[in-house]
Amino acid sequence: MAEELLKIIDLEVSVDGVKILKGLSLRIKSGEVHAIMGRNGSGKSTLAFVLMGHPAYEITKGSVTFRGKPLEELNVFERARAGMFLSFQYPQAIPGVQVGKFLRKSVQAVRGSAAGSAREFRTELNQAMESLGVDRSFLSRYVNDGFSGGEKKRLEILQMLLLHPQLVILDETDSGLDIDALRTVAEGINEAAKTAGCLVITHYQRLLDYVKPDFVHIMLDGKLVKSGGAELALEVERQGYEWIEAEVA
Amino acid sequence: MGKDEARDAVGDYRYGFHDPENAVIKFDKGISEQVVRDISALKNEPEWMTEIRVKAYHHYVERPMPDWGNMGLLNSIDFDAVTYFLKSSSGTAKDWDDVPEDIKNTFDRLGIPDAEQKWLGGVTAQYESEAVYHSIREDLEKQGVLFYDMDSGLREHEDIVREYFCSVIPYSDNKFSALNTAVWSGGSFIYVPKGVHVELPVQAYFRINSENMGQFERTLIIADEGSSIQYVEGCTAPTFSTDSLHSAVVELIAMKGATIRYTTIQNWSTNVYNLVTKRGVAYENATIEWIDGNIGSKLTMKYPSVILRGEGAHAEVISVAYSGEGQHQDAGSKVIHLAANTTSNVLSKSISKNGGRSSYRGLVKVSPKAHNCKINVVCDALLLDENSRSDTYPTMEVANSSCRVEHEASVSKVSGDQLFYLMSRGHSEAEAMGMIINGFFEPFTRELPMEYAVELNRLLEIEMEGAIG
Ligand SMILES: Nc1ncnc2c1ncn2[C@@H]1O[C@H](COP(=O)(O)OP(=O)(O)OP(=O)(O)O)[C@@H](O)[C@H]1O
Ligand SMILES: [Mg+2]
Repeated sequence: MAEELLKIIDLEVSVDGVKILKGLSLRIKSGEVHAIMGRNGSGKSTLAFVLMGHPAYEITKGSVTFRGKPLEELNVFERARAGMFLSFQYPQAIPGVQVGKFLRKSVQAVRGSAAGSAREFRTELNQAMESLGVDRSFLSRYVNDGFSGGEKKRLEILQMLLLHPQLVILDETDSGLDIDALRTVAEGINEAAKTAGCLVITHYQRLLDYVKPDFVHIMLDGKLVKSGGAELALEVERQGYEWIEAEVA
Repeated sequence: MGKDEARDAVGDYRYGFHDPENAVIKFDKGISEQVVRDISALKNEPEWMTEIRVKAYHHYVERPMPDWGNMGLLNSIDFDAVTYFLKSSSGTAKDWDDVPEDIKNTFDRLGIPDAEQKWLGGVTAQYESEAVYHSIREDLEKQGVLFYDMDSGLREHEDIVREYFCSVIPYSDNKFSALNTAVWSGGSFIYVPKGVHVELPVQAYFRINSENMGQFERTLIIADEGSSIQYVEGCTAPTFSTDSLHSAVVELIAMKGATIRYTTIQNWSTNVYNLVTKRGVAYENATIEWIDGNIGSKLTMKYPSVILRGEGAHAEVISVAYSGEGQHQDAGSKVIHLAANTTSNVLSKSISKNGGRSSYRGLVKVSPKAHNCKINVVCDALLLDENSRSDTYPTMEVANSSCRVEHEASVSKVSGDQLFYLMSRGHSEAEAMGMIINGFFEPFTRELPMEYAVELNRLLEIEMEGAIG
């Protein structure tokens, strides 16, 4: 039986004293792909940040465990080392830090002794870059510094492939990608989803054409108000959210 | 050893050492005309040098302290407590095996002999007042490159030294250039003949090892027409509860079409006052580059300068300063455009942490005759916490309207979102901070020889550890 990776029970989260998540529950097993859709401002990124441990987000109620361990016991970097990965909606630029060195250091930090030799790393890196259609010149550029929107997203997926996470949270990784990039990025996600659990935050059905979700959840005002299979995403694509709001009200 | 004994030793020295292995000379604390004369006599210097020293000494005494900068710290220097001359080895060895054991161990620990074998064209290692080791690769020697410690340079090539000594920085330039000229000892003398390119960097390493020591090295580099050289200096000192003083003077002369790159990694312990005057003059189409890193010291006041004297000359000043607890880096640059079509590029970056203070003091001056100059000055400061401080004091005196001058300055803080991003990739907060500040300094670090770059990055990462609660 697949391992239960993430267990969120009745989670409430505030930022700057404003309650954003208002009682959210979700369970993700390894190998499962969960999609979350919802209007702008409904709290999707908040969920992603709180799972990864952003200090600005305060859990006021409920619990989250990752592989049975309460997440509040783990610092941000410990969550990463424990196998969690967040692909950011807005990845940060780190001027002066070269992508190549950053990737190597991150792989060493996250995978520790399993990171392999410099040569093994290079082989893996070359493969991953090729599969994502990332140019070698990327490696000497500075992390996300002056990157186009699509380039930033590709770098996020490149990191995901190299860090071998168990739980992948993708916050609008499909936004800003051209159609070819979307396909390659989706292939990357499918690769990761063979072993990991995936939480895919998206606005568009388009991505879900390539990445087949096992579950689709609709977030409304800080809660998951409706869950279903892949067909729910198609429904939202056709009709928007109003009918769900009407249902909930 | 007291002054009288020192003078006995001077007598000894004049007639040659009988037992050079154990010759150690330490002057009493404090400075006087006699001390200055004793140093000169001990070195058996020509009359003219003694005279300059004495004149410089009197200028030093009469010259008031600067009335700008960190006057509180400047005025707390106890000049009477300083030892102005200390000789710890009988002479300058050409072979590390001939350097006294304990001193050799020190440089071993600093990795100097190792670096020399791998990637340097020549090395001079100064311990307290004098060079204890000095060597140059044979091929450079064959090409006529002169590389000496300054004392030997004066002995072997008095004519050149006499022509250029104090020619770029007169002793009367400031109080500390006067002090240095009065009591200078050690430093490097380099002459690169016409058209010779010294590919491997030449390195000087300065080590203060005693409490209350004053180190006053003097460096003179002349690159003749069409030649080039890269000079790298490093420095360290042990931490004592009392202060030491380091006050150097460096003069560079780049003749027509020559290039001099002078790289410094200043990492004095935080009980060292570092008051240094560095200036170069660049003739037609020559380039002078100051790559200046200030990491250590209690107070640094240093503004590497370039006088662009010939048409088409270029100045490059890339500097970084790191100020931690109790430190003040008052650094910057001066560029004087005296000729047409001269260009200058100044990039200054500073990081302040734990109440540390960084100041950028810059001067750009363009004479009426200097047509079509291009000047670009960028100053970026990064503050790591609320109680640290950064100031910029830029001065522009542009007397020619055909010049293009660009100036940018910024002060920023490390953002929580940057830290979070890096930490989400498995890096601890200290590691994330280390990455951000190394990235911030990268435009400087990438100009360093690789070994230095690695060392600097490591140093800054260590600085970040324990800094985060
Ligand atoms: N510091 C803050 N103070 C107050 N409200 C905040 C703060 N940060 C975020 N919010 C609010 O929290 C809500 C949820 O934001 P979040 O970024 O999670 O939305 P989202 O579902 O990811 O939206 P999008 O689809 O636009 O990415 C928004 O209304 C936002 O304005
Ligand atoms: Mg969002």
